[in-house]
Amino acid sequence: MTTDYAVRAEAIRKRYGDKHALDGFDLAVRTGTVHGLLGPNGAGKTTAVRALATLLTLDGGRATVAGVDVSRDPRTVRSLIGLTGQYAAVDEILTGRQNLEMFGRLFHLGGRRAALRAGELLERFDLVEAGDKGVSGYSGGMRRRLDLAASMILAPRVLFLDEPTTGLDPRGRGEVWDAVRALVAGGTTVLLTTQYLDEADKLASHITVMDRGRAIADDSPAALKNTVGGDLIEVVVHEASELAAVTEVIARVAGSVPGTDAEARRVHAPVSDRVTALTEVARELRDRGIAVEDIGLRRPSLDDVFLRLTGQRTQPATAPAPGKTEVAA
Amino acid sequence: MSGGVSGALGAPVDLTPAADHGRAYWAVADCWNLVRRSLTHYQRQPAFILWTLGFPLVSVLLYGYVFGSAMKVPGGGDYREFLMPGMFTMTMAFGFMNTATAFATDAGKGVHDRFRSMPMAPSAVVTGRGVVDLITAAAELAILALTALLIGWRADGGPLASLAGFGLLLLLRFSLIWLGVWLGLVVPGPEQAGSLFAVAFPVTMISSVFVAPSLMPDWLGTVAAWNPVSATVTAIRELFGNPVASGGSWPEEHALLLSVAWPAAITLVCVPLAVRRFQRLSR
Ligand SMILES: Nc1ncnc2c1ncn2[C@@H]1O[C@H](COP(=O)(O)OP(=O)(O)OP(=O)(O)O)[C@@H](O)[C@H]1O
Ligand SMILES: [Mg+2]
Repeated sequence: MTTDYAVRAEAIRKRYGDKHALDGFDLAVRTGTVHGLLGPNGAGKTTAVRALATLLTLDGGRATVAGVDVSRDPRTVRSLIGLTGQYAAVDEILTGRQNLEMFGRLFHLGGRRAALRAGELLERFDLVEAGDKGVSGYSGGMRRRLDLAASMILAPRVLFLDEPTTGLDPRGRGEVWDAVRALVAGGTTVLLTTQYLDEADKLASHITVMDRGRAIADDSPAALKNTVGGDLIEVVVHEASELAAVTEVIARVAGSVPGTDAEARRVHAPVSDRVTALTEVARELRDRGIAVEDIGLRRPSLDDVFLRLTGQRTQPATAPAPGKTEVAA
Repeated sequence: MSGGVSGALGAPVDLTPAADHGRAYWAVADCWNLVRRSLTHYQRQPAFILWTLGFPLVSVLLYGYVFGSAMKVPGGGDYREFLMPGMFTMTMAFGFMNTATAFATDAGKGVHDRFRSMPMAPSAVVTGRGVVDLITAAAELAILALTALLIGWRADGGPLASLAGFGLLLLLRFSLIWLGVWLGLVVPGPEQAGSLFAVAFPVTMISSVFVAPSLMPDWLGTVAAWNPVSATVTAIRELFGNPVASGGSWPEEHALLLSVAWPAAITLVCVPLAVRRFQRLSR
């Protein structure tokens, strides 16, 4: 039965001109889990989220949220979901509290319950002090938290989060994560897109990697890492000029083409016989007199998975969130 | 049940949705919720009201006193008496930019996306804007009329005719709400909505707001006489019993008819455009 899945997409399509933003995309999100949706820029993550949140009409395929067809009964779907888009969608002129009360009324809670719920969410998201100040004076993190609070007003069955922590500092990200975890503990299902693979690793129990409008991998983070192969040997050198020599050494010992990260002066390759590889590489480097900053074995990360699947490194968005970074006085 | 979920958030608030009163009820209730939102904007930004009213008020004083004594009204009559209905109409005409800017601001910030992902009536986004704009327009007219009274303007056409005059002004503003909504959805952002002024200003100037069309070069006078803005200005001058300065052209002689026909035509053209554009948001 479909009820095991809070979100289901079967071969959904969305075309813009001759660009296939969604090209037969499949997705199955288990009820009560956090599901990560990863992919390079332009892969179609936002399009997928917007289609599932009833903001876009599909050109083909079928999608359900909590068992309700997105195209046939969008109104019911809207009463079951929350959405936090790529940009903080809050009213700049109103205060945080006024924002939450307005959205609460528009969720048909009525004035009294909307006000109570607003107070509750301000507390939950650590916005009590700022609650009666104008949002235009909020920091990027505060704005994000308010945005998140607004999408949680009805304690939705399914919450769509499109890059909820982009532009936040580590503390802000931690706060968002805590809020997401608390919500999931209460039974909400979360579909999360993110540029930060560590975020997906921390939060998601299941990950779909998409590229060019299609799902190209779909598994638990651990299983995805296993597809990269066993452990990796990794060497970091002092001088970038020595990268070529190190690559040559590792290629010979590991018997595969190593990946090179010139900026970090790092070379790595999957190995099967861990200890032999490590000792041989170490000896050879010493014999050649190459100074090494770091050498070791490590488990593959989601970055390696991503690199292998899409041929691209992720590009964590470093741009700060729009708006001021200073907290209003 | 949502009880478990809200429990995890430490929520004693019952989150079950209110009884379903049907779509018509929510269309009105949600519209009102958005009207409240915009009225709260005014409350939080009193400076914005001053800014909105500043332009027409300054214009009244500037044109009324600086040029007023030098300007002649063809057919006789006091220039300030002639000018006030023009100021009222100009304020209504410029209003479409406020509609466009407000709409473009929400669209750009993703606020529209949030609204559309919620179980509220989708129409409320537009109707709420429309009601707020009409309330704002009524307030603007009240303040302008009071100012006009203070500097000696009088409406001598009787209470019913005066009421009809203000009705025509609001009718023009109503039709321009739809133009504003459409433009707000077409322009890429609020900044571009602001630059609509470059178009709005000449369009409003080439009308009988400041000068009778009969004083303009022939071709310009014809354009000005047919301008929808002129239709309303001339009609309300008649209704208020202010100097009309008609050059005797057909549109000037049938201003009352045109002051209803033009807004009706604008509405008929812009409503489908705006609705289509609004629906295209989900394409
Ligand atoms: N409204 C639109 N009109 C035209 N093309 C669009 C539209 N929306 C999305 N696209 C295109 O569809 C593709 C998928 O875009 P989408 O925003 O879903 O990617 P994404 O995975 O969210 O990327 P990012 O990581 O940059 O947020 C892109 O090539 C984009 O240019
Ligand atoms: Mg995106």
